[in-house]
Formats: sequence, C-alpha cells, structure tokens
Amino acid sequence: MTFLPPWLRRPPILMSETPRGPWGGGGDDGGAKDNGARNPWAVPPGGRKSTAKPTALDEFLKRARGGGSGGGGSGGPQFPLGANARNLWLIGVGVIVAVWLIFTSFHQIGPQQRGVVTFLGRYSGELDPGIRLTLPAPLVSVQKVDVEAVRVDEFPRDGSENVLTGDQNILDLAYTVRWRVENPRDFVFEIKDPVETVRATAESAMRAVLATTTLNDAIGAGRTTIEARVTQLMQQILNDYEAGVRVQGVSIRQASAPASLIDDFNAVTAAQQEAVGNLNNARSYSQQVIARAQGEAAAFDKVYEQYRLAPEVTRRRMYYETMEAVLAKTDKTIVETPGVAPILPLDRARRLTEPQTAAPATPAPTPEAGR
Amino acid sequence: MNPVMRNPVTIGFAALGAAILAAATFAIVPETKQAVVLRLNNPVGQPVNQYQPGQVIGRTGAGLIARIPFIDKIVWVDKRVLDADLDNTLVLSTDQLRLNVDAFARFRIVDPLRAVTSTGSTSNTEERVADQLRPLLGTALRNELGKVPFSVLLSPERGRVMDAIQASLQRDARQYGATIVDVRIKHADLPDGSPLESALQRMRTARQQEANTIRAQGQKQAQIVRAEADATAAKVYAEAFSKDAQFYDFYRAMQSYRHTFGADGGPQPEGSTSIIMGRDNAYLEKFNNR
Repeated sequence: MTFLPPWLRRPPILMSETPRGPWGGGGDDGGAKDNGARNPWAVPPGGRKSTAKPTALDEFLKRARGGGSGGGGSGGPQFPLGANARNLWLIGVGVIVAVWLIFTSFHQIGPQQRGVVTFLGRYSGELDPGIRLTLPAPLVSVQKVDVEAVRVDEFPRDGSENVLTGDQNILDLAYTVRWRVENPRDFVFEIKDPVETVRATAESAMRAVLATTTLNDAIGAGRTTIEARVTQLMQQILNDYEAGVRVQGVSIRQASAPASLIDDFNAVTAAQQEAVGNLNNARSYSQQVIARAQGEAAAFDKVYEQYRLAPEVTRRRMYYETMEAVLAKTDKTIVETPGVAPILPLDRARRLTEPQTAAPATPAPTPEAGR
Repeated sequence: MNPVMRNPVTIGFAALGAAILAAATFAIVPETKQAVVLRLNNPVGQPVNQYQPGQVIGRTGAGLIARIPFIDKIVWVDKRVLDADLDNTLVLSTDQLRLNVDAFARFRIVDPLRAVTSTGSTSNTEERVADQLRPLLGTALRNELGKVPFSVLLSPERGRVMDAIQASLQRDARQYGATIVDVRIKHADLPDGSPLESALQRMRTARQQEANTIRAQGQKQAQIVRAEADATAAKVYAEAFSKDAQFYDFYRAMQSYRHTFGADGGPQPEGSTSIIMGRDNAYLEKFNNR
C-alpha cells in the first residue's frame, strides 16, 4: 500500500470504486487494473483534481484508451498531442539518448585487455584497463583485445599426426604453441583471421624445421633445438605479416616413431644394451687376465729373488719338494731291470682309468726313465 | 510554433528521413576496408583507403566519406592480409613420388578497383579473388614441386621452392589487384596406402640394419678389449720371465708337475696317475746310493 502514490490512496477515490469486488476495495494493484474503468491511474471523473495535475503519462494513457475503444478496430493508439505530449516525447528521447551514451561511451577494459579505438573508422589509439570514457558511437567504436592472456593452441587438435623428417622418415608428432597479442592495433587491422593465421604459421614452421632434422634428433636430444627454431621461424613469419603477435614458446608434447614401428625401435635399444653388455664382459675378462698375469709375474719375481741368492740349493729344494708332492699322490712302480715292463701287475692302474691304454706307456717324469 | 513542428509524427518522419539521407550520403570507411565508389556502376576517382606499403595505421584514408545518395554505390574490399588455403593437392615430384600437399597463400588486395573489375563482383570481392588464386596456387605448386626431387622438399631448399612458387603466383595475382605476401607449404605427406606403407617398411629395415650394426660393433669392441688384455698379460709375463729364462723353465716345470699330478691342492686331475720309474731315474739317484 505504501508504495502507491498519495493521490491513489485517497479514500474518496477508493470509496467510489469499492462496490466492484473484494479486490477492488483493498486498492490492490492487480485487482484494480483488470478493468479499464477501474484503472487507478485514470483520474476519476468526479475526483479531485486540484493537487495532482494529470501528468503527461496520464494523458497518454487516457488518450490511448479512448482511441482504442473509439477507433473501432482501427488498431494502435493515437499519438498524444499538445504541450504535454511534447514533454512526453522529450523525456522518451532523453532516456534513449542517455542509455545510448552510457552504453557506448563508457568502456570497461579488463586488466588483461586493451581497447582499440577507432574514430569514424580510423584508428585513433588504445585504451588501458579500467573504466574509460570515449565519444559515443557511431563516432567512436572500441574493440577489446586480450593482450596479456597467453593463448594455447594444440597441434593436432586430437592425438598426433605423421610428419616427414629430413631423412625421409615418419614421425608421430604432437605439440603446443603458446602466443599472445603484442600489438593489438596490428592484430586487429593487419590480418583478417589472425588466430587461424597463427595456427597455419605454426604448422608450416614446425614442418619446415622438421624437414631439416633427422628422425633420431627429433626423437632424442634435438627437441629443445627444434622448439627454439620453430619459435624463431614462427615469429619471423608473423613479423612479416605484421600480425602483432608474440610467440611465447613451442613445446613438443610427443615425438616418437610411428606406432607400427615401435618394436623395431625397441630392437635397436635392445641391440645397444646387448653391445654394452658384451663390452662389459670383455672388460671383466680383461681385468681377470691382466690381474692373473701380474700375480704370477710377481710370484715368480719373489721366488727368483731368493733363487738368485742361492741358485743351486734353491733349485734342488724346489725339485725335491715338487717330486715329493707329486709322487706322494701317485702309484709308483720301480723297475730294477730294463725289459720287464710287460709282466708287471699294472691292473690297479687300469682299474682306475678304465679303457685307457695310456698308463703303461706313461713315461717317467724325467727324461732318464725311458732309457 | 507552426503546426507542423508541433506534430511529433511529422518530426519523427522528418528525423527518419534525415537519418536515411545521412546514411546514404555519409559512409564510414574503417581501417580494415577499402572502398571503391561506383557512380551508376562507373568507378569514380581513386578507391578510398587504398592499401599503400609502409602506411601507418591511424594515418590512412580511413574515415568519413560523402557520396551522392542513391547514385553512388560503395563496394567494400578487405584491406587486411587474406588467406587462400589449398588442401590435399596431389603432387608428383621428379622422382615419381606422390605427395599430399596442403599449402596456403597469404595475399593482400592492393588494387581494389582492379579486384572489383577483374572479378566482376560488387560483393565478396575478397572471396572471389581467393577463389581465383586457389587454382593458380595449385598449378604453381604442381609445376614447381614437379621440378624437384622429393628430398628437396625435406631440406633447406624447401624455402627456395616456396619462393619460386610465390614468384610465379605473384605474376598471376597482379591481374586481380592482389599481391602475394607469402606462400607456404603446411603439410607435405605421403598418401595413405602403398606409399606410406613402403616408407614405413623402409624405416623398419633401416632400424633392423641399425640394430645389427650396433650388435656387430659391440662384438668388435669386445674382441678388441679381450685381445688387448691378452697382449698386456703376455707382456707382463715376458717382462718377468725373461730375467732368467733357464730358471723360468725349471720353475714353470715344477708348477706344471704339481698341477698335472694334482699336487697343487687344486681339483684332482682328470686321469689318475701311475708312474713306472727306471732305476736310472734322477729322483732315485740317492735311492741307488749313488
């Protein structure tokens, strides 16, 4: 109730309309409006018209209603006329102009954005972040461009693609390009479709670089070089276009042999492992052989040192010690007279070394034995 | 106040009329467009905001222009760098390799009047120029790539090939009022099927060859290392033993007996031993009390 204008709340007016129904009596807006005759805005014929003069709006509505009923289906309300109508028009136009000014003169530029301003179509400057004021459209128009935001383009859009390398091999490749707008003016005015241009440039640059790279480089150690070269080449091409774009970086997400060749590539790795393994074995053999040689040489040196002090004695001692050790472990037969060998009981020896015929013929350890 | 002016309907209509007249008279030429003015289909004067090399944006011909309403017609032509994309062109190199090539040409319409007259269009001039350039690009691509072997495409020469394509296309583009900014090969792929398969097969055999080479090289290295070790050992032996060859002979003989007859504490020798000694045996010298 309280939001209704004072003249509506006046009891006489309400009184005059009470008999119409339960809603009308409460002065309820919805109830009061559903019949033209009870329209609360309408100035009641017998009501008081001293304090509140009929406003232009009242006038308009009244005439509209009158026109609609009187026209008999001519359609559309009549335009208000007269001095009050002029006011009405001025207010309407004023509101429209105000809205227009607010919407086209104030520009909210985000912190990552710049506004590119054109005055009657001609570039006239840039707007920094914040709320900025310009002349209204169509004199001035502002286009917002994200400059700080780093844009990320992935190639290819899904999975990976085959690329030919310089040694005519095929590489499974996926990579990402990061870039941002450096010069919003060029970005807006120099190239028709800058985003697509950056994409096409990236593909072209990547393949141009890979065409001069070997497969092994691309798969292995050459990645960072390739990334740097693609970044540089892209930047150079885009500068030629005056695209106003700064390439932040290119990163290779995947560079590998085609899936069907994985086994063969693994075989190469296996062969490398095998080769290294072989070499390791050889090295360990080498260590053993040399160490043994050194050991034996050192042992001989030690003995020889002593031998030189007393050659004859040492020689004899060594001889007897050796013979002792050797003969203690063997079966011995001493033949007093030459020529009796065949009748000796040699079966013991035969028993030990089954079919060997070597035993009887075994010569004595010293050259004298045969004689 | 006269009655006409008092009537808002009249004012409204007048305003509307004025607005229409203004819109028909004045036109805003944006930075991104060039305008060709046709007076009853006859070009008048120079195109507005025509591209000029080295022009600074903000000091171009963009801005407000006036024309004779309803008689002059403006044809808009894009001023920016445009793009003519060519997808999946089959190219045959001199060594008879088939290649699927995606390429693009970046161009700019520098003579909008010529672009309009040569394409005979008053709308979408850029697209029509691109449509005209596309087959020309295809032809230039086939001609230039047909002159070089496949391997050139995969080498630093590639840039030169693209320059040649650009030069050849530049001549054709001029008649459409366009200039080629750049020509680039986006993709150059082997077509699916047998060319791709045979390339993969070649890669496979190359890998196998590499694996075998690595293995053989490894074996060679190992053999060399072993031989070097043997040589070093021989040298060490020789240095030590050549001090007294006679004593070495004796010393080594003693070692050898011990080993052969299983007296050196090592494993039993393979054949067990039985020794028959004559009475003249040197060892039995004292046995015989000589």
